[in-house]
Amino acid sequence: MKIQILGTGCAKCKALTANAEAAVKQMGLDAEIEKVEDIQEIIKFGVMMTPALAVDGKVKIVGKVASADEIKKLLA
Amino acid sequence: MANSQIVTATAKLDEPDGAGARQPCLKCSLVSRLPEIVLLALWWPVYSHLQTIATWLTYSALGLGRGTHLGASVEFFIFEVPKVLMLLILIVFGVGIVRTFFTPERTRAILAGKRESAGNVLAALLGIVTPFCSCSAVPLFLGFVQSGVPLGVTFSFLIAAPMINEVAVVLLLGMFGLKVTAIYVGTGLTVAIVAGWVIGRLRMERHLESWVSAMSAGNTAEVEAEGLDWNARFDAGREAVREIVGKVWLFVVLGIAVGAGIHGYVPTNALAGLMGKSAWWSVPLAVILGVPMYSNAAGIVPVVQALLGKGAALGTALAFMMSVIALSLPEMIILRKVLRPRLIGVFIGVVAAGIVLVGYIFNLVM
Repeated sequence: MKIQILGTGCAKCKALTANAEAAVKQMGLDAEIEKVEDIQEIIKFGVMMTPALAVDGKVKIVGKVASADEIKKLLA
Repeated sequence: MANSQIVTATAKLDEPDGAGARQPCLKCSLVSRLPEIVLLALWWPVYSHLQTIATWLTYSALGLGRGTHLGASVEFFIFEVPKVLMLLILIVFGVGIVRTFFTPERTRAILAGKRESAGNVLAALLGIVTPFCSCSAVPLFLGFVQSGVPLGVTFSFLIAAPMINEVAVVLLLGMFGLKVTAIYVGTGLTVAIVAGWVIGRLRMERHLESWVSAMSAGNTAEVEAEGLDWNARFDAGREAVREIVGKVWLFVVLGIAVGAGIHGYVPTNALAGLMGKSAWWSVPLAVILGVPMYSNAAGIVPVVQALLGKGAALGTALAFMMSVIALSLPEMIILRKVLRPRLIGVFIGVVAAGIVLVGYIFNLVM
């Protein structure tokens, strides 16, 4: 599983990354977390609000810092 | 309480996709929101007595002398801080709920089919209600341009969104009253509409960075923003309060502290010569000073209010405020990723000219 955090590096993106890491750790998943910071790459996902979170290339969360619990639900 | 909130929020995600049909009703959501409703009921009684409380605290509890500089400053501070924060919490909560109906995706879909003129007006209006944060200005800009929203229409949106937002409106309402707020919103919208239209007329498309023009009409992310139930909308309101008030409260307190200092210590009419109507050069100067200054409405409005009380002209003060909020250096640096310097120059020039005009008109009329 591949989790991508889309965002140009603002504080919210860091918070979302931390929550995703916590969610993966709590679930004991074997997932790779990648930060996508290049704006051209982010646009390819069709996202207009950052931060966003994609799982295996599909955008699941847009424009908000989802809690670790919310992310766990997405990954389950 | 915080824990139970998370449980309800996540439980919602459990529902199968077809659950949109049986949305929980507004009334059931209200019952589960009792603590918030109680707070809401207490809001007005507390709010309407703030002046009495501030006066009592300043002159009786603290024993400061009436008519002294310190007394005037302290009373101003004790009254304005809770007043503005209470207004802010209430309105940000309401706007947070309203915004769940306006996602950027939906706004883009509305604007994509529009021509200029009508499109500029609509874009500026949607700029007020669509969630916007300057850190996502670039993806939003690209998303709009990519899906065929005309460049000028996109700019109308981009100018209106930061300038007229709930924080600005709350502070203006709280510190200046309805009339000035209406003037600010009306002229702000006009600047956004006209500046966007002018940029559209100038055919600036070739001054986008080349990779932007080459960008293919890519896929757009489909995220289930639709079908939110009322519980989720209330959660969004709470989240907005936590996020926005959490971010701006310090600006509010600092801004009011500076305002309180000016209020108590600067003599009345001290600024009439510098920022008054007779000083014709003060409007452009205020706009130029405002560009490098970066503050949101929360920090600047209390200062402007205090300046007005000391003889600054309304038009000059409004121009200063608009310039500080709408034209910020950090946003220009972010936009530089997609706009060539020439287009950024035009953007700043057109908006600044509009603001200067607004300043002069108000100094003439008022």
